[in-house]
Amino acid sequence: MRRLISAAALLLALATAAEAATGPKPSAQHWSFSGIFGTFDRAALQRGFQVYKENCAACHAALMLSYRDLRGIGYQEDDVKAIAAEAKVMDGPNDAGEMFERPGRPSDKFARPFANDKAARAANNGAFPVDLSMVAKARVAGPDYVYALLTGYGPAPAGMTVVDGMAYNAYFPGNQIAMPAPLNPDGVAYQDGTKMTVEQQAKDVVTFLTWASEPTLEARKQMGVKVLLFLIVFTGILYAAKRKVWAAVH
Amino acid sequence: MAAPAFKNALVRWIDHRLPVFTFLQHELHEYPTPKNLSYWWNFGSLAGIVLVVMILTGIFLAMHYTPHTAFAFDSIERIMRDVNYGWLIRYIHMNGGSFFFIVVYIHIFRGLYYGSYKAPRELLWIIGVVILLLMMATAFMGYVLPWGQMSFWGATVITNLFSAIPLIGDGIVTWLWGGFSVDNPTLNRFYSLHYLLPFLIVGAVLLHLMALHRFGSSNPLGIDVKGPQDSIPFHPFYTAKDAFGLGIFLIAFAGVVFFAPNLFGEPDNYIRADPLVTPPHIVPEWYFLPYYAILRAIPNKLLGVIAMFGSILVLFIVPWLDTARVRSAKFRPTYRKFFWVLVVDCVVLGYVGANPPDGWFIVTGQVATAYYFFHFLILMPVLGLVERPLPLPHSISAPVLKPAEGKA
Ligand code: HEC
Ligand code: HEM
Repeated sequence: MRRLISAAALLLALATAAEAATGPKPSAQHWSFSGIFGTFDRAALQRGFQVYKENCAACHAALMLSYRDLRGIGYQEDDVKAIAAEAKVMDGPNDAGEMFERPGRPSDKFARPFANDKAARAANNGAFPVDLSMVAKARVAGPDYVYALLTGYGPAPAGMTVVDGMAYNAYFPGNQIAMPAPLNPDGVAYQDGTKMTVEQQAKDVVTFLTWASEPTLEARKQMGVKVLLFLIVFTGILYAAKRKVWAAVH
Repeated sequence: MAAPAFKNALVRWIDHRLPVFTFLQHELHEYPTPKNLSYWWNFGSLAGIVLVVMILTGIFLAMHYTPHTAFAFDSIERIMRDVNYGWLIRYIHMNGGSFFFIVVYIHIFRGLYYGSYKAPRELLWIIGVVILLLMMATAFMGYVLPWGQMSFWGATVITNLFSAIPLIGDGIVTWLWGGFSVDNPTLNRFYSLHYLLPFLIVGAVLLHLMALHRFGSSNPLGIDVKGPQDSIPFHPFYTAKDAFGLGIFLIAFAGVVFFAPNLFGEPDNYIRADPLVTPPHIVPEWYFLPYYAILRAIPNKLLGVIAMFGSILVLFIVPWLDTARVRSAKFRPTYRKFFWVLVVDCVVLGYVGANPPDGWFIVTGQVATAYYFFHFLILMPVLGLVERPLPLPHSISAPVLKPAEGKA
């Protein structure tokens, strides 16, 4: 048994070693959605959406999201319609065979800032602004990492020269990033009186991005609690049944 | 064997013409099983249940998945977001693969510890190794289907291994790919085979069970059943024990599926495959890491590939490599120690496989690889000849009966 435990410990070390990436390890934040009973803080989600819309959407697409998905962060049908209508969507061809622009509908995907990946690179010094709808899942310790990245800007340490058009970032691999610091104190105007510090904005937008990468997270955890409770009780019954059946054998 | 008298008239009518009920009665109900099987004997039936779960979830995933390089990644995300309970089906299938390997690896190490491969169960063991190979092929191709970065680059690295074969290697790789790189034709054939192979596994499992039922299970003592006092009917005794084991398994499985569904996964696989961007570390799924370490331990590519495949193929001849006269390591104090060294060796190989091949990882990988083959090719035959096993008990019921009841 002791051997088993030490083997398990080794396996665990293996799993964590596989995660060891370059740069300092992002420190773990407290997230409303972590833990067995975690749910997304609705107010943070909506503030995070605001930050995304006003500060990130100019460069980054969120390919997996449709406007209708915003119902999931607490917006009503009419809010969603209004948000969608702010976007211009290319549609067609119409009966005359022509493409036309129309206001967005809830069923449309989020509008993309650039027509294609090449255009996105061309506007960003050759660097590609990644799809933000998956990024919280597509990085090791995703939410903590993105938070660390967004708050990791600052002056480069002495002796390091940052290439023109790049910014120093303590958490980006290689420490030079083509994305200028996207968050500024008071950079967005929160409606609910929340302090508009860079940390607060980062926290909110990461909450939103985590939801965007897995809108079914809450459903998963809620079902999980019920399933586990059932399984524990049921396995207890199975154990009692096993004991009863085997009583005659021993 | 006379047909048992069934109470239900319809059952009797069917059984007279198609003796399926008689078959079940013999193979499940009466099937005599040693009374002393420990919980390590649960993992075979668990593997069978996981196989069924994989096939069922796979069929539902296939209803929504699109095997095309331009749509595969999006179709998976659609399953995760828009298909009702799609996230559940996908997370079960994704983690089911990992749990399948956990269960089967325990099952195999159980066999190695208790000498389950020894006569007359050599073919049973060999079919087991065939199942392992089929599982590996299935899992490898399944991992390519979501068409993330690790899907693409893992497929590229592993298929490229065949280019190490002299003369025809490059031709084989092109043939495997169906083109000049991993691309749409590769994805399509991997999908086709990923759907096919699990059914071949089902066939192999049936043969595995046929071979098992010929002589019945071995047991922790490794001695043969001497008479009815040593065995009990499979049902209800082992159905009850297996059901409890299944409950424990499901708790662990559900814990991961619902609360850490990406524990075994690589975050990179949530990035769409891009042939122009190589990820910094290309690592296979965790259950392939030991083989990957063996592959990289040898500086020559061809020899590395041979060693990697050899590490599995050597299992085929284990029944003849082990020269010991007793089955169970319970009575082999020295072998028992080396068994645990092998377990640790495999974990070390996995650890090395997960890390970039530099620094002390290279040496560790080489030592661990050498030890792996040393264990099977030298230690097993030699130890079997020189080790003096402890005295075996008289029969299975002798040690489990209370002393007062004595032995007839
Ligand atoms: C001016 C355009 C621009 C804006 C605005 C912008 N980004 Fe970026 N972002 C980029 C570019 C360009 C990159 C790629 C950087 C590189 O590869 O060096 C990037 C990369 C990223 C990455 C990926 C880092 C990695 O590990 O690969 C994240 C996460 C990110 N941005 C989040 C955000 C968030 C959140 C916002 C809004 C608060 C935002 N960005 C606003 C241009 C922008
Ligand atoms: C799909 C994967 C597999 C399934 C479904 C499966 C199923 C089973 C079942 C139900 C049993 C009887 C219960 C038990 O003894 O635990 C069994 C026994 C056995 N299996 Fe497997 N098995 C699988 C893979 C393997 C592999 C990969 C090996 C070895 C390389 C293997 C070797 C054996 C042996 C030796 C026994 C007999 C054990 C004994 O009675 O002592 N099996 N298998």
